[in-house]
Amino acid sequence: MPWTYSPAPESIDQGDLHQRYGLFVGGEWVEPRSGRWFDTIDPAREEKIAEVADAGEQDVDHAVRAARYAYERVWSRLPARERGKYLYRIARMIQERARELAVVESRDGGKPIRESRDVDVPLAAAHFFYYAGWADKLDYAFPGRRARPLGVAAQIIPWNFPLLMAAWKLAPALAAGNTAVLKPAETTPLTALLLAEILQEAELPPGVVNIITGGGETGSALARHPGVDKVAFTGSTEVGKLIQRALAGTRKRYTLELGGKAANIVCEDAALDQAVEGIVEGIFFNQGHVCCAGSRLLVQESIASELVRKLKARIETLIVGDPLDKNTDIGAINSEMQLRRIEEYLRIGAEEGCEIYQSSCALPERGYWCKPTLFLGASQSHRVVQEEIFGPVLAVQTFRTIDEAIARANNTPYGLSGGVWSDKGAKAFRVSSRLRAGVVWANTYNKFDPTSPFGGYKESGVGREGGLHGLEPYVALEPWVEIAAGARSAILAGGAP
Amino acid sequence: MTERRGRRTVTEETPDRSLRGEPEATGDEAAAEPSRLPVLKTYKLYVNGQFPRTESGRYDKLLDAQGRNLANVCRSSRKDFRDAVVAARAAQSGWAARSAYNRSQVLYRAGEMLEGRREQFVAELETQGMAREAAEAETLAAIDRWIYFAGWADKVQQVWSSVNPVASSHFNFSLIEPTGVVSVLAPEESGLLGLVSTLAPIVVSGNTCVALASSRFPLTAITLGEVLHASDFPPGVINLLTGRRSELVSHFASHLDVNAIVWCGEDAAESLRVQEESVRNIKRVVLRERIDWHGPHAESPYPILDTVEVKTTWHPVGS
Repeated sequence: MPWTYSPAPESIDQGDLHQRYGLFVGGEWVEPRSGRWFDTIDPAREEKIAEVADAGEQDVDHAVRAARYAYERVWSRLPARERGKYLYRIARMIQERARELAVVESRDGGKPIRESRDVDVPLAAAHFFYYAGWADKLDYAFPGRRARPLGVAAQIIPWNFPLLMAAWKLAPALAAGNTAVLKPAETTPLTALLLAEILQEAELPPGVVNIITGGGETGSALARHPGVDKVAFTGSTEVGKLIQRALAGTRKRYTLELGGKAANIVCEDAALDQAVEGIVEGIFFNQGHVCCAGSRLLVQESIASELVRKLKARIETLIVGDPLDKNTDIGAINSEMQLRRIEEYLRIGAEEGCEIYQSSCALPERGYWCKPTLFLGASQSHRVVQEEIFGPVLAVQTFRTIDEAIARANNTPYGLSGGVWSDKGAKAFRVSSRLRAGVVWANTYNKFDPTSPFGGYKESGVGREGGLHGLEPYVALEPWVEIAAGARSAILAGGAP
Repeated sequence: MTERRGRRTVTEETPDRSLRGEPEATGDEAAAEPSRLPVLKTYKLYVNGQFPRTESGRYDKLLDAQGRNLANVCRSSRKDFRDAVVAARAAQSGWAARSAYNRSQVLYRAGEMLEGRREQFVAELETQGMAREAAEAETLAAIDRWIYFAGWADKVQQVWSSVNPVASSHFNFSLIEPTGVVSVLAPEESGLLGLVSTLAPIVVSGNTCVALASSRFPLTAITLGEVLHASDFPPGVINLLTGRRSELVSHFASHLDVNAIVWCGEDAAESLRVQEESVRNIKRVVLRERIDWHGPHAESPYPILDTVEVKTTWHPVGS
């Protein structure tokens, strides 16, 4: 008997939104000097949710100046402990408003409420909480070096985890003593704007965080602004390269979290049912809009038919539909543009000769949807194996030996993440140590934590976010030796140490 | 050597000609008895554990202050660089797979070899125009610097890896791993200390590299290659080229199988070019400008961190 589920929609009564959002600059809401506005759309309903400002160059300049002023006059002079206490406040207020943030996140971006409620929002709060504690402990983070803030950080974030990425960027930057200008993605600005309200409520000094909305041009103007000391970007490898090029010769520091095409390797000695869950988690979590998604399945030949059979059966049970429904597994594709891109790859996969398998689920009439999809019989040279699709689409390949699996897994310009499934501990360790990727999940997938560094090898980016390693991109390190020498000479000169 | 040094006190201004084998001007003594014709040393490249000539057949004359030719130095081509990258790539996984203890011993062994060739390096630096005192200071500091980094091989992981207290039921840890193949534009002004201070932190973590030697001190780099060759470095871990920076810098930055570039220099235009070309495959770009290689900044483990990646692994805990 097939399972049926009654609708269980989350109420949106707590998600009170304004019709229109200006820019959050210098602690205030301001109208864009550009005079331009754009709509943000609910991708599950194709309905406008609100109108947001489209920041132009003047607005970017205004925001960077506000951040610089706040850095010099307030934030860099504040005792580290007080900085930390602001971050703790923010973490707590995110927790208090968790339901509202989750609802708005799911409406604005199309992700299932179960994910925004259980993953995005709690992790965002956890990030602020984690880095809050670092603010007054930086002297212990870098042996032999004193950590100094860089100044103003320009932070450009993607649409797949809007609030969580804002937290990933802001928390370490502020803890280290920097101020920030944050630009959320064009299609998902709302939770960052709610975060701005939280920052106001937390009485964060004006200008310490400025949030400006807009598209690629706004991001470009922000990254290029001469008043910026550091750029943190999460997004596509293509745009990451444009940013790296734009920053050449400027002496701005940068971190790039870019694309991926991770291999999820299932060995013949894996626990198959667990592996199936892990594969589903790896590629269908957040509609596959995940840079570290396990978008390539490499399965050992001896178990391939069995695993694929189980996988097909599991895919058939996935519920695709209303992001606000608590039963939903796969929500709406984030935007029409992204849906077109995924559909283009479905066409390419078919042309390349893959067998395409899709769930037989029904899709809602309105909105942007994509059925969970497998490309079976994919080859290493296929574009659907080489290129990042960023959708609920999995390319399946087989292998005979572990060496072959590792060679295939590493045969990509990307190197963000990877997975390995085996019940043999030694094998899991061996495979994970040979994958050229920044995050490896062994017998699990798509787990995140504020204490856990995240970031890519090769063309998946530069630098790490999260954990102790995630502080480094936001500080300049000075040798204690010289500071001590300076202090001594000050004492000799009769000054205060 | 001691004898020659003794004579030098008399002829302070005379550069050491012994490398090119010209009889040293020692007055009547030379005229009185015919001196032995010295054997000249040919300076070639050091690639894949061998000493090939440049495939291009080109050379540059290395002149001393008096305009006399010290050596015909190989003028490496793009092809030489690409061959060296192939060697470095082939050597990388094996070198990284060595135990940290083993890498530490290999580096230490090279330090021993350096110490044994001390006088040769001093003489060679002097021949290339460095004052004797500076050459001695440079050589001693370089040996000590090499030993300093040798000791980091099995410690850097302990200081910079972490076990991360994640909230879920997982054992989660972050390790550092080598970035891969690194191209190096060695410092111009410091032919041995600068070169050693640049190479050692790259290879100690398990990277392999291809370096373009200083054009002022190319001979030192090749002699260093002999030292590396005589120690236990596997072929291809360190590859040393000589040639013209202006010709090669773009290739060093743009090669798609190079993961990081360490650029030492002062020229802003060249630095910009390196940064722009590196975008092609998102190389890690390390810029070392105006470094005092004798100063406290040069001797720290932080340069090692410039060419490593952090890998985080999650394992479930429980059944």
